[in-house]
Amino acid sequence: MSAGITKNAELNPTPSSTDEFIKGLWRENPVFVQVLGMCPVLAVSNTAVNALAMGLATAFVLLMSNVLVASLRNFIPKQVRIASFILIIATFVTIVDYAIQAISVDLHKNLGAFISLIVVNCLILSRAEAFASKNTIGKSIMDALGMGLGFVFALFCLGAVRELLGNGTLFDIEVFPGSFQEWIIMILPAGGFFTLALWLLLFNFFKTKKVQA
Amino acid sequence: MSTNKPIATQTGPSGGSKKMLTAMVGIGVFCALLIVLTYEGTKDRIDTLKAEALEKAVFKVLPGVTSTQMYLLGAEGKFSAVEGPDGKNPVVYAGYDDTGALAGIAIEASGQGYADVIRILYGYNPSTQTVVGFYVLESKETPGLGDKIEKDENFLANFDALSVALSEDLSQIVNKVVPVKQGSKSNPWEVDGITGATISSRAIGNIIGESSAVMVPLIYNQLDSFKKD
Repeated sequence: MSAGITKNAELNPTPSSTDEFIKGLWRENPVFVQVLGMCPVLAVSNTAVNALAMGLATAFVLLMSNVLVASLRNFIPKQVRIASFILIIATFVTIVDYAIQAISVDLHKNLGAFISLIVVNCLILSRAEAFASKNTIGKSIMDALGMGLGFVFALFCLGAVRELLGNGTLFDIEVFPGSFQEWIIMILPAGGFFTLALWLLLFNFFKTKKVQA
Repeated sequence: MSTNKPIATQTGPSGGSKKMLTAMVGIGVFCALLIVLTYEGTKDRIDTLKAEALEKAVFKVLPGVTSTQMYLLGAEGKFSAVEGPDGKNPVVYAGYDDTGALAGIAIEASGQGYADVIRILYGYNPSTQTVVGFYVLESKETPGLGDKIEKDENFLANFDALSVALSEDLSQIVNKVVPVKQGSKSNPWEVDGITGATISSRAIGNIIGESSAVMVPLIYNQLDSFKKD
């Protein structure tokens, strides 16, 4: 994994904005490659709707905090940077919390404690610290969009598989005919681990194949 | 050790105390402004949605009810029909069946759970003097453990007919609702707990215990004021 990233960095000493975007979506996908933010990934991916809502909420916080951190990067002294980043992240999480409540009470109830926990999602703080505080606003936006959509994509991959197998539905629409026996375990916590393991296996299979080719 | 090289691992400009303070206060004020604006902007919509959810919950905790009316408990202990809550005094919801007869009263209560305050609604049936339903309106209990209070069927069965019978002079409940260990419920006023969600399930038993001890005698002695004209 690290060898691949180093190689790419050597080939492109100053990566373009498109590279910053693609990187998060695929090559350095926050879930499937960096394995970050596992708490919401495993817990709130039991249905496609929950997974998408959680993914979008996280992506929004990531985007907004990256924009703000990048635009204030010459204003925030290094001694207080972590405190400032957390304050900024916590603000946008609070905003998302109110927004989701205003959209649907049921959705807010389903996501429950995990919305507030976005504050401590290591993905967001690591992007603020490792990228946004050192790069321009434009690049930080591309980075956040890539990483954010990569996170949404990964959560959706898990949520869709778990809902399909565990409930026989996708977005609450019945997909399998009536005789389908649901695999209840897939919507239980253990199913999250199984599904994540299978996706990681698939990603690593492609990567090994690419290296061999 | 070279001292003239800047430390490359840290980010952002270096600053004196004044600069640090300005940055923190500046960001703090900006963030506070954003939060207040969002709160003000979403408040009305959230209140409407919450009121709708509460209305739906009333039907869940009172079986057989088809219409409801909100009542406010005034400072002097009298219930009066109102359109909306005033934000200070507790409210209850009277539920009526098809014929317009009083079928039960839904009471809102809250108390400290494991993670945060749990807000619940429970249904009281005055004709059988029992709690007949229970619903969690708001909780941040640990997913997978504490949130069993919403899902565990054995636990929810506690609230099918939980006794809150009054003493002969109607001034207080004979046996206050109390939480007990899982599997040790032997009286109709006990709430069987959940292993693995001990604190959360005990909290529910205590919330209903405290609330019903106050509200049930008040309601029972004013049943006439809840009847539809």
